[in-house]
Amino acid sequence: MFLLADNVWLDAFLRMAIVAVLVPVGVILLTWVERKVIGRLQQRLGPMHVGPYGLLQGLADTIKLMTKEDVRPDSADRPTFELAVFVIVVPVFMAAVAIPFTSDIFVRNMALGLFYFLAVSSLGIVGFVMAGWGSDNKYALLGGVRAGAQLISYEIPLILSAVAVAMLGQSLSLYTLVELQDNTPFIAYQPLAFVIFVIAGLAELYRQPFDIPVAESEVVGGPTVEYSGIRWSMFQMAEFVSLVLISALASLIFLGGWIWPFSADNATWLQIALMATKTSAFILFFMWMRVTVPRLRIDQLMALCWQILLPFAFLQIIINGLVLVYDWPTWTLTILSGAATIAMGTLIYYVSRRSGVLYQTSGAAQRVGSVL
Amino acid sequence: MTYEEAIFYVIAAVTVAGSLGVVTARNVIHSALFLILALLGVAAVYVLLASEFLAIVQVLVYGGAVTILILFAMMLTRVRDIGGPIDGPQRPFAALAATVFLGTTVLAVTQTEWRGDTDEATVVTINEIGEALFTTWAMPFEIASLVLMVSLVGAIVLARGEEGE
Repeated sequence: MFLLADNVWLDAFLRMAIVAVLVPVGVILLTWVERKVIGRLQQRLGPMHVGPYGLLQGLADTIKLMTKEDVRPDSADRPTFELAVFVIVVPVFMAAVAIPFTSDIFVRNMALGLFYFLAVSSLGIVGFVMAGWGSDNKYALLGGVRAGAQLISYEIPLILSAVAVAMLGQSLSLYTLVELQDNTPFIAYQPLAFVIFVIAGLAELYRQPFDIPVAESEVVGGPTVEYSGIRWSMFQMAEFVSLVLISALASLIFLGGWIWPFSADNATWLQIALMATKTSAFILFFMWMRVTVPRLRIDQLMALCWQILLPFAFLQIIINGLVLVYDWPTWTLTILSGAATIAMGTLIYYVSRRSGVLYQTSGAAQRVGSVL
Repeated sequence: MTYEEAIFYVIAAVTVAGSLGVVTARNVIHSALFLILALLGVAAVYVLLASEFLAIVQVLVYGGAVTILILFAMMLTRVRDIGGPIDGPQRPFAALAATVFLGTTVLAVTQTEWRGDTDEATVVTINEIGEALFTTWAMPFEIASLVLMVSLVGAIVLARGEEGE
């Protein structure tokens, strides 16, 4: 294995530093990028005054948040309230360990990396429910319950679409999956899984149009409503780190990571450039979605997950199974999955046009929706 | 003491502390939160036993399960209404059942002849697990799937029952 430094201990230290230093610094930059991008899309300038082009705005915000008073409601359940933010932040950083950013820059190359990533990131849900319940605030509680319902539901299509990729690559190691994409990225074989992964990934990030748990106009920030200062900024940090990680994961398993469209022995700078480009493309896409698509209602959100994404995720797995077991040529994968993608798109478009909402929901789903 | 042993004792302490928390916490939500600590401790033990796949499944399944458990606890109980310990006429029977269970466990532990050492843990790859699951153990796997399927259908029937469709 390539060592970042001669000494084993120094090497381990440097690899941990990738996660511990680069990620928070990236977050500070990303908050600035997000405000600038949203500003542009809304024909404003965004932050302009702190530093050139407002570049130091993130730093200023960080200092402001760190020095702010840490307010805690008197009636909050103290241990739950204070631990909740850590339960949200720690799994995100644990998940970062599994992501190889280039063929050399990674913390640990795990044989079950993809599976580990999905399992560990699911732990954060408990944190939202803890924050919602511990705050002793009805909006926080509603938001916490919403977060639990949404994140657990969307985890299923997310995992199933990742399973489709693992079937194709016959591996759960992210490193191996990337190395298999030196000619064709997996998006060409699995467009349906890719679309489902991006939609479910966006929902797992609880950003608009899926920001139902934290919607300002409905539950005034949901689980985060009672948090301030450094604790609130930890929610933000978890959100932005997850944004980077989901984007990096999508570029690794669908867009060929650091290899495609060049060869497996790219120079390190080229690998970094490829990964940075692909990951940034996803991040910018998620920001673009945030300002252009209106928020879904909770019953529409649940219907989209359980009635559209989940059946189509199973369809992708069945297609993969057929092609792999009967050894059909790989282009059949492209055609079948592509046709299914078009079918799913048409279905979503048709039902949202016809009924004025995304999907005609059943009475049971509407009752759940009205409770939440 | 090797460093594996040291790590094991730390993990064991966390698991036992979590399990004790589950039964001693007065608040049902706190109990559920202690449960996740205990379950994660068990996952860490699996890692020490070189069963990474099992450990990850443990985290994935129980992470979601505990969240659902907390939601149920929030919706079905009213924590504030319960002042002191809940008591009832079944107390002597509960004490009897607990004593019998404790006695059986202690007896089992003291009567077993423990080996001083264990075999080296062998790493089983995911491909081997998959192959075993779908060839040798295909029947139990299918039965487990069937049970889950029945409970899913049952849940949907219960949820839709009131509509008269």
